[in-house]
Amino acid sequence: MFNRIFAIAKKETRQLKRDTRMLFIVFFFPVVLLAIFGYAINFDVHHIKIAVYDQDRSEYTRDFINGLISSEYFDLVTNIDDDKEIKKLLDEKIVQAVVVFPKDLSRKLLSKQEVKIQFLVDGVDGNSASVIQNYVNAATYSYSIELTKEYLAVNGKNMYVPIDLQPRFWFNPDLQSTRFLIPGLMGMILIITAVISISLSIVREKERGTIEQINVSPLSSIEFILGKTVPYIVISLINAGIVLLAGYILFGIVTKGNILLLLLGTFAFLFAALSLGVFISTISDSQQVAFQAANVTSLLPSLILSGFIFPIESMPVAIQVLTNITPAKFFIVILRAILLRGAGISAFWDQLVYLGIFGLIFIMLATLVDKKSKNK
Amino acid sequence: MNTIEVNNLTKKFGKFTAVDKVSFTVKQGEIFGFLGANGAGKSTTIRMLIGILEPTFGDALVGGFSIKNEPDLVKKNIGYMSQKFSLYNDLTVAENIRFFAGVYGLDGKKYEERKKWVLKVANLEHMENVITGSLPGGIKQRLALGTAVIHEPKIVFLDEPTSGVDPISRRNFWDLINELSEGGTTILVTTHYLDEAEFCNDIILINAGKLIAQGNAKALKSNYIKNPILEIESERVVDSLEILEKEKWVGETSIFGNYIHVILNDNKINEGNIIHLLTEENGIKVQRVEKIIPTLEDVFIHLIEKDSKKNVQ
Ligand SMILES: Nc1ncnc2c1ncn2[C@@H]1O[C@H](COP(=O)(O)OP(=O)(O)OP(=O)(O)O)[C@@H](O)[C@H]1O
Ligand SMILES: [Mg+2]
Repeated sequence: MFNRIFAIAKKETRQLKRDTRMLFIVFFFPVVLLAIFGYAINFDVHHIKIAVYDQDRSEYTRDFINGLISSEYFDLVTNIDDDKEIKKLLDEKIVQAVVVFPKDLSRKLLSKQEVKIQFLVDGVDGNSASVIQNYVNAATYSYSIELTKEYLAVNGKNMYVPIDLQPRFWFNPDLQSTRFLIPGLMGMILIITAVISISLSIVREKERGTIEQINVSPLSSIEFILGKTVPYIVISLINAGIVLLAGYILFGIVTKGNILLLLLGTFAFLFAALSLGVFISTISDSQQVAFQAANVTSLLPSLILSGFIFPIESMPVAIQVLTNITPAKFFIVILRAILLRGAGISAFWDQLVYLGIFGLIFIMLATLVDKKSKNK
Repeated sequence: MNTIEVNNLTKKFGKFTAVDKVSFTVKQGEIFGFLGANGAGKSTTIRMLIGILEPTFGDALVGGFSIKNEPDLVKKNIGYMSQKFSLYNDLTVAENIRFFAGVYGLDGKKYEERKKWVLKVANLEHMENVITGSLPGGIKQRLALGTAVIHEPKIVFLDEPTSGVDPISRRNFWDLINELSEGGTTILVTTHYLDEAEFCNDIILINAGKLIAQGNAKALKSNYIKNPILEIESERVVDSLEILEKEKWVGETSIFGNYIHVILNDNKINEGNIIHLLTEENGIKVQRVEKIIPTLEDVFIHLIEKDSKKNVQ
């Protein structure tokens, strides 16, 4: 049995080596996705270069600035003491934003008057500008709340915030650290390459007629599918490694949890994803159809419904139910637990079960469709 | 001894009957020809016999195993070459051989021996590392046959192995089939080249899913056409044909290049009547008229026309 699986795996690897289109999909595609998302996450909103024009020079302004630059979003480039420099700094793109504190800031705060802080943002790149603006707003808002709390505490009262402002950002909804996105990216890359590659490679045998020869041989369907998936599992693991490496280089993420658990979770996820791919291959007659079907079932759901970008808790209930159509959802929970929190298996064993169920459902569906086509 | 026994084998695709109550037997070691036009149901029959398509009714024993109840045992004992090219075009010759050997569990000395044999019969002894897709058609088919029997099965099914192959390569391919048969292998081969049917020990003809004739080439020729056949060589072939078809004593006609074959309904008609009709009454010059032994083609045209008429009625 192992010899036969090995024969298939070897043959598949040899074909893959000569198939530039497939190689492009399984290796280049992940790199492109990584570059696009990595860029979007990393460079647009990270390390915004700011200059400060502090006319007040008080404890408050220092606090505020420290708050800004202690996050990974703002870097203080320079302090200035003349408003003529503002234009020059922005024009020459030495900074992306300038914060201006008015002279009377601390006096006004102490006498409980409203205070205005000015942010001058380079608006040439509208997209970055609005991202910067949102960040600044959020930072200001949270500092403002802090001041209020402090003030109330001094007066012996607790704070109650009737309406809480919660700014949401496209790439980083909760203003969480960007490291939060790496698990989603990994889930998305793995599911796309796994589903597309396995479904295409099976449908190609149907299209060319070589499957007939396989069907009359003593190979069982299980051996055939196992043999076919081996190379793609190896590739998926390599891709997972690449994403982890990129996460480390770009965002300094070091895997906190157990590597073996990470491997276990990845295998469970690949089982689910490959089952989906095998199922797609049974309902498609051409590589073109399979490619479309694989794209529709893997790319969009793993981008939109998996919790990668949009938090699932804030979706309408009906959509929350729908999120179960992508195994990436479960995998992301596992990855976040292992990568970011270093959690043990007790934190995500239920997700492993869901992945198992997901995989079994699609393997069963595939077997049913396959049986039917035998009598057709 | 019968190696294959087919009993009322039937396959329906929805309402359409592709194979209709076909029964026949194949003896051990013979080359069994399976003839029929496009869409007659040859491939469908074979796919049932090798255990990859379930029959709607009927059954068959292949090497003693029921295709209905023991398809996996059937598969173990046969070799099959499908109508589509069955090797991987993007693998090299050696890689294809390695793969199919692996699938059939051959290794070590046995593998080396069989690999050598396949390379020899395909005439690819020093071309192991050539990409299969770049080989000429005839060579590809020999390689496909070689790999299809790499595990030395006792029964082999070949589905139109020579379609689209040039005549010389076809000849070589048949030499290979004969070689296998001499070694005791039973071979069932479909074709629509009638000249190839002459190489078969036994033949069946199917039309629209039904078996309409059976026997060896000689028996088919003498059993199915009782009336005399004349071969006519004349100028203006098409005009001659039209004139002949108007006569009551002319049965079926067909054109073979420059010749016309006529099956006569009336034993009293002879060569003289034809020359009289064409030359004297219609002014067409006739080079030659002679009585011939029917070819298989005559037989099949006759049988298929008869069968179609029956179906219309
Ligand atoms: N899976 C299928 N579903 C529906 N109809 C089918 C199927 N397979 C074959 N047929 C039909 O059954 C008939 C017989 O097909 P088959 O392939 O057996 O013919 P064939 O004798 O092998 O012809 P050819 O010489 O073209 O290979 C054809 O009309 C074909 O369209
Ligand atoms: Mg056919």
